[in-house]
Amino acid sequence: MRIIPTRAWAATALFTAFAILPFLADALDDSYLVVIATRIIAYAIAALALDLILGYGGLVSFGHAAYLGIGAYSVAILSRAGITDLGLHLAAAIAGAAIFATITGAISLRTKGIYFIMITLAFAQMGYFFFVSLSAYGGDDGVTLAQRSTLFGQPVLESDRALYYTAFALLLGLYLLAVAITRSRFGRVLTGTRENPVRMRAIGFSPFRYQLTAFVISGCMAAVAGVMLANQTNYVSPAFMDWHRSGELVVMVVFGGVGNLLGAVAGATVALLLEEWLSILTEHWPLLFGVILVMVVLYSRDGLSGLFRRRT
Amino acid sequence: MTNLFLLQLLNGMQFGILLFLIAAGLTLVFGIMDFVNLAHGVIYMVGAYLAVTFSQVTGSYGLGLLLTLPATLMVGLVLEILVFRKLYDRPHLDQVLATFGLVMIISEAVEMIWGSAPLSVEIPQFLSGSVPLIGPLRYPVFRLVVIGAGLLTALGLWLVITRTRIGMRLRAGAANRNMIAALGVDIRSLFTIIFAFGAMLAGFAGAMVAPILTVDPGMGESVLILAFVVIVIGGIGSVKGAFAAAILVGLVDTLGRSFGPILLRAIMDPSAASQAGRVLAPMLVYILMAIILALRPAGLFGAKS
Amino acid sequence: MTHSRKLLAALVATTMLTGPAAAQDQETLKIGLIFTLSGPAAVLGEMGRDGFLLAAEQIGDIGGLNTEIIVVDDEQKPDIAANKARELVERDEVDIVVGPIFSNILGAIQKPVTDSGAILISPNAGTSNFAGADCNRNFFVTSYQNDQMHEVMGAYAQEQGYDNVFLLAPNYQAGKDSLAGFKNSYSGGFAGEIFTQLGQLDYSAELAQIAAMQPDAVFAFMPGGMGVNLVKQYRQAGLDTIPFLSAFTVDESTLPAQQDAALGFFAGSNWAPDTDTPESKTFVAAYEEKYGKVPATYAMQAFDAANLIDGAIREAGGVQDKDALIAALETAPFTSVRGDFSFGPNHYPIQDFYLTKVVQREDGQFATSIVKKIFDDYADNYVSDCDMG
Repeated sequence: MRIIPTRAWAATALFTAFAILPFLADALDDSYLVVIATRIIAYAIAALALDLILGYGGLVSFGHAAYLGIGAYSVAILSRAGITDLGLHLAAAIAGAAIFATITGAISLRTKGIYFIMITLAFAQMGYFFFVSLSAYGGDDGVTLAQRSTLFGQPVLESDRALYYTAFALLLGLYLLAVAITRSRFGRVLTGTRENPVRMRAIGFSPFRYQLTAFVISGCMAAVAGVMLANQTNYVSPAFMDWHRSGELVVMVVFGGVGNLLGAVAGATVALLLEEWLSILTEHWPLLFGVILVMVVLYSRDGLSGLFRRRT
Repeated sequence: MTNLFLLQLLNGMQFGILLFLIAAGLTLVFGIMDFVNLAHGVIYMVGAYLAVTFSQVTGSYGLGLLLTLPATLMVGLVLEILVFRKLYDRPHLDQVLATFGLVMIISEAVEMIWGSAPLSVEIPQFLSGSVPLIGPLRYPVFRLVVIGAGLLTALGLWLVITRTRIGMRLRAGAANRNMIAALGVDIRSLFTIIFAFGAMLAGFAGAMVAPILTVDPGMGESVLILAFVVIVIGGIGSVKGAFAAAILVGLVDTLGRSFGPILLRAIMDPSAASQAGRVLAPMLVYILMAIILALRPAGLFGAKS
Repeated sequence: MTHSRKLLAALVATTMLTGPAAAQDQETLKIGLIFTLSGPAAVLGEMGRDGFLLAAEQIGDIGGLNTEIIVVDDEQKPDIAANKARELVERDEVDIVVGPIFSNILGAIQKPVTDSGAILISPNAGTSNFAGADCNRNFFVTSYQNDQMHEVMGAYAQEQGYDNVFLLAPNYQAGKDSLAGFKNSYSGGFAGEIFTQLGQLDYSAELAQIAAMQPDAVFAFMPGGMGVNLVKQYRQAGLDTIPFLSAFTVDESTLPAQQDAALGFFAGSNWAPDTDTPESKTFVAAYEEKYGKVPATYAMQAFDAANLIDGAIREAGGVQDKDALIAALETAPFTSVRGDFSFGPNHYPIQDFYLTKVVQREDGQFATSIVKKIFDDYADNYVSDCDMG
């Protein structure tokens, strides 16, 4: 448990950096920093959600982009119907995600390992193709959102900074929630089901119920990320739930380091910043990005977290 | 109608065999060696590009195909020595991350070398026609060649794995690496050889489909998921399973596309049926996979874990 | 003039260290190009970029102003495109954004760009919503409205007296729009209508149905790699006796791969490399000389966009007064490579459309060639829904 104090310090540092970022952007007179940081936070939430089941439950979902899509389409569909409140958008996203996760999770959890990866992919692809055929919402051309979600009837989120702090508050809240979950009895049982399911069953815990609950919680958290992403881009399309997105989320989590929550947040942050900076440097940035990914795997056993831990 | 059904049955089979051809290398590396290789698709793409270049240089598709085989074998060897060798005893997720990186590197390199415009290769004159089938329907000769290549690959792979000493060691090595190493088998060079051979099979598939499919920087990615679907439905570790799954996917996809709307029309009104058909058609393969895995969590022919 | 993102990187790096960038020079024109430059569809984005840069090089200082061009890659992902577009208008403070290729990318970037007050010129994507109810003062299109290329083929099928046409398009929004466009101008019968899968590899099943039905003609909308697969397999299946009508399926971006498999296939277009205007001849020669390949419409439309910007800025006397610039743009003060060109009240072009056919040129290259004019000074069907207010 030597890592816990380190993680607390690192978490404080990372979240403080997020908190003061808009002031930094002011000082640099670069308002775009806030725009890109909002996007980073949305992905960080989704990566955090994935790490909860991937890192603690050993459940590698290759379909988490589906929840991004469910969240984003909740915003699009409700806004079209004249309902613009953020609270209702979030509620609809979470409810939709909970239903989808319960049904697909119950079926998917019959399988393990690589089979689980592929069956979650299958369900996400079904969701993707469903929205591609949804002509009322533009099919794969997507929908442009006329405005962002409102807060108590006020269009406060139209300000980039307000949207940023809303997303940041959600990230911080969900991070603390995730930490609390992993430290609770529920979290320990979940970890136990990953380490030794037979033993857990022997001492009277049904792994299935714990895993399914975790799967649903994770899906709901990822849907929150989708709501933020839709607001950040003012646009929703099935491209949000493409399998590449699911793959990128897995990559972010593994890149950051599996199973300590903060690694997922850091992984999403660093991966998106790298993409941003490398693409400014050269048109052939995927080459450099690929080399960095391979190097991290070859020289660290635990992603970015591993690089840090070695020094402490 | 019956004629068309028979023809679509044939088309479904041949699409399945095409899928198996593409997935064959992955069966070996992922199915037998238990290594999650996302780079399979890009190696297949490199095979197609090399076949185009070699065919242009030599002026003959046949020679181009022959040169592609050792070239992709070399690509496999280099990748194995530089990257894969260090990842065999790592978790699947690390393999995913590393091979995801390789996909980015190789895709970008291919675009830098060959450009992003689609390329093509000429089929030799004597293979380019079509033979009459039923009535006005004709069947392209080169398709028969692809079917033949797919069947031979399947047979060869099955023989090597179940009937030879190398196959036996390989299966033993995948099941328990330490045990087989303790028995004095050089597991390391065995894996190197098999990996390179898997890359060569991917390259072979790429070169075989180059005359009928587009050769462009997206071609590897578009088949990657399908290849994984085939192996997972079949059950990991089973060549027989992969073959059966490939045919099944080919049939379901082809027949579902052509006859699905007709079946739906029997249970709902025509416009709703064509709507539903359009929504369901692209999902068919995934629905098939979800159903099979829900009923048989280790695939059709997979060992119960 | 610079068009390298590298310089900008240096600039951004210094901005981050030293604070606000140097005050904007009054005499500087900043243009952002946003195209798909990576992934399978990069070939189209590269053509657009190259066409624009070729014009920029020929013009020198666009509109007589010191010009800076920033090129970014939208990766064909809408959310990335939306961010890149905001980066262009907010961080780089560009006056004009030119792009993109794809309709779904246009949907993502149109609002952020026009909301910021910058002008957006699309050199390819022309969706119906922005032509009609959602039209915008700051948004111009130098290509066409998406339905029109399909309407050209519908009109041709009608004119030929076909009564039994087989329709083929991928199962996604543009595919549905395509067949709807074809049906707008064709009232004959149909042998069948199939929506294939997006990115489908093997078309044997569809080709078997076509062979069984022996229609008067086939109309296909199969952009990119799908078109290459379909055209090769169509020819190999021995169906070449059935006329092949198409849109975005055989053009100079796919012909290098389709080659003689596409010979004699028809397409609808607003231009072809052998269009008989002096501007077109110079453009095609210069493009082939510089990039070593035959330009497709994507390149031509971006080339026109650069000349449009040049003409409008000269007429408006600068970029500071956006109202004057928009008024100038509306008059389309340039000579289009394709000949007749003017803007309708929705800022979409009014132009001629042609039937084209794939030929092999004397130098061995494959290209589309104009067969005949189908529509004269043709406007789109959505313009009446547009109210710029």
